[in-house]
Amino acid sequence: MSEIIIKAENLGKKYIIGHQAENGRYVTLRDVLMQNARSLWLKSRDMLKGKIYIKGDTLEDFWALKDVSFELHRGEAVGIIGRNGAGKSTLLKVLSKITEPSSGRVTIKGRVASLLEVGTGFHPELTGRENVYLNGAILGMTRNEIRRKFDEIVAFAEVEKFLDTPVKRYSSGMYVRLAFAVAAHLEPEILVVDEVLAVGDAEFQKKSIGKMQTVANEGRAVLFVSHNMGAIQSMCQRAIWLDGGRVMSDGISRNVVQQYMESANTGSVLYTPEPKDGYTDLIIEKIILKNSQGEVTTTVSSGEELRIEIYYKALKRLPKPYFWIAVRSRFGSLFGANMLFDAARPEYIEGRGMIACIFNDIRLLPQTYTIRLGVRHQNAINNYIRNAEVSFTVIGTAQDLGMAGETADNYFEDFYSLLVPYAWILPDGRTVPVNGFHSNAGSSLTPDLKSQGLDCESIE
Amino acid sequence: MQENITILEPGRAEKNYWLDLWRYRELFLILAWRDVAVRYKQTIMGIAWAILRPFLTMVVFTVVFGRLAKLPSEGHAPYALMVFAAMLPWNLFSSSLSEASNSLISNANLISKVYFPRLIIPTATLVTAFIDFLISFAILIGMMVYYKFVPGWHILLLPFFVILALLVSIGPGLWITALNVKYRDFRYVIPFLVQFGLFVSPVGFSSSIVPEKWRFFYNLNPMVGVIDGFRWCILGGKSEIYWSGFLLSSIIIALFLWLGIYQFRKTEKTFADLI
Repeated sequence: MSEIIIKAENLGKKYIIGHQAENGRYVTLRDVLMQNARSLWLKSRDMLKGKIYIKGDTLEDFWALKDVSFELHRGEAVGIIGRNGAGKSTLLKVLSKITEPSSGRVTIKGRVASLLEVGTGFHPELTGRENVYLNGAILGMTRNEIRRKFDEIVAFAEVEKFLDTPVKRYSSGMYVRLAFAVAAHLEPEILVVDEVLAVGDAEFQKKSIGKMQTVANEGRAVLFVSHNMGAIQSMCQRAIWLDGGRVMSDGISRNVVQQYMESANTGSVLYTPEPKDGYTDLIIEKIILKNSQGEVTTTVSSGEELRIEIYYKALKRLPKPYFWIAVRSRFGSLFGANMLFDAARPEYIEGRGMIACIFNDIRLLPQTYTIRLGVRHQNAINNYIRNAEVSFTVIGTAQDLGMAGETADNYFEDFYSLLVPYAWILPDGRTVPVNGFHSNAGSSLTPDLKSQGLDCESIE
Repeated sequence: MQENITILEPGRAEKNYWLDLWRYRELFLILAWRDVAVRYKQTIMGIAWAILRPFLTMVVFTVVFGRLAKLPSEGHAPYALMVFAAMLPWNLFSSSLSEASNSLISNANLISKVYFPRLIIPTATLVTAFIDFLISFAILIGMMVYYKFVPGWHILLLPFFVILALLVSIGPGLWITALNVKYRDFRYVIPFLVQFGLFVSPVGFSSSIVPEKWRFFYNLNPMVGVIDGFRWCILGGKSEIYWSGFLLSSIIIALFLWLGIYQFRKTEKTFADLI
């Protein structure tokens, strides 16, 4: 186990927040004057005592972080996930020495460079060139360092033409690219990054993640806060889930992400009923997704069975309804089940019941998917339920899917959703099967250029 | 790779603070450069303003206090020279105090996002004021040539008084800027203090017109000592320096300096939370 370079023990950070009392009490002028006189007296007394002045009638302790303990080892990349307001940014601020902990202690070995915001210190009146030096110095680089890396930074940001125009004229994309370019060339022992990748277009985000990956691969320790679960899983071996200022989970990133995603949806119920148009004789009360182990979840691993359970309430006896389900990705409908095609309609449904559909032999890429389902009248035209939509996520890394490409994790969202067995036949005659390909059609494996008129003699 | 172990704990004093200041010296220079560079961006006259402003002020002062008010000058030195010699440290003091007092608030975005010893911010504002001082000093030299006035050996002691003038500003500046983060009232105190001080300090007049029995207490205003010293250096002994009063001013300066640094260091940890 490599050396521990950050050790946090029972870290806590407390803020005091003020509350205004109810507004109804300002009845008379006397009340108003009394209130003001009283608060003036209290403020002065606090000021003389040196206490912080917080505006409000009652005060409350708010623990942004409570009992946070963890260790970071040299060369480790750890992701920090959690809902908004969980304390992630506060944790980073404490580690960056920007604010002091209220309890506990942190021991840090080595220099910490923090990226809590893109373009810290950028001054709109200065040119791009001047801002590179300014921002670099603020982040802790020496002048020589910046000068050495200047060309690299500018090339990464792709703003060579605009180096000498004031930054206030830049588009937001250029601004963010330049700011990140400077930060990306830091070489600290410990790098702490806070959701900075949330800005910028997809191209930029990919570039940033790629750069962070390089940093992590160079053996530096990285602490990374993000809401992008894909980035967290591909970059970090470990993840820590914070909620309400406390550490909920600390372990392998895939597991922690799963736990977080499950809690992020209300219970594990994908769907709650809403009043719909047309017929009100059928209500869908709950839609649940279960994985191969039969556990209710909103995330499944690639290759697992998908079991969709629909809990309904039919207000009267409905004869021979048609249920249909379509599983969609952002590219469109992928596959589904439809009683209009198969012959599986129930004779009738009445009262409360459950109907389930199980899909197997499906290998989906790690993306977010939608289940769209509906129920039609036995005349196959009218709808009891026109459209109910719920989402679920497939998680997994390139390794889990058996994909060996180096850039696999970065591109999972981009091309298609379904993994189908295939094989490449390369020019040198080699066959490379992927995803369990086995030919059953006896496909010819030798290249036959001549029959296609594509051999050397024909092309003139 | 040197292993520096940092421990973060509530109430723990930063052992390496002064070492950190040295390590971040480049940031100090860059912030100072930034403030200077930004000043004249997108102006036509550009750097010419830096010369024009003090020059015009000097002309106005000489006309108002010298010709119109007919206040007595020191010895045989021309009145304009006497006034200008006092304006140099006064402007250094007033502009650095104003800038330093507001420096933390105007750099709030840095304070909440990056770590560096916060003392750098107000001290970097001194540099812009100092550059203005140097330009005004060049104008002073021009004036001396115009009046065919040759300074004595005292002028060699000027750097000492310049440092003193810088110290006068940084002491209260640190104190006020530290308090300003918590209680924004202090922002309104400064312009008033500067306005008031301009008339109370011996800028437009000589401190010799202050009646004898009050002269010592007059030096409770630290700028009195500094301005008297400046006049003494530049006008070469023709302007008397009241030594015991000067000592009092120096003590006040030292007191404010200590108070400023103390208050600043004490509240530094809470800046990011309150700003």
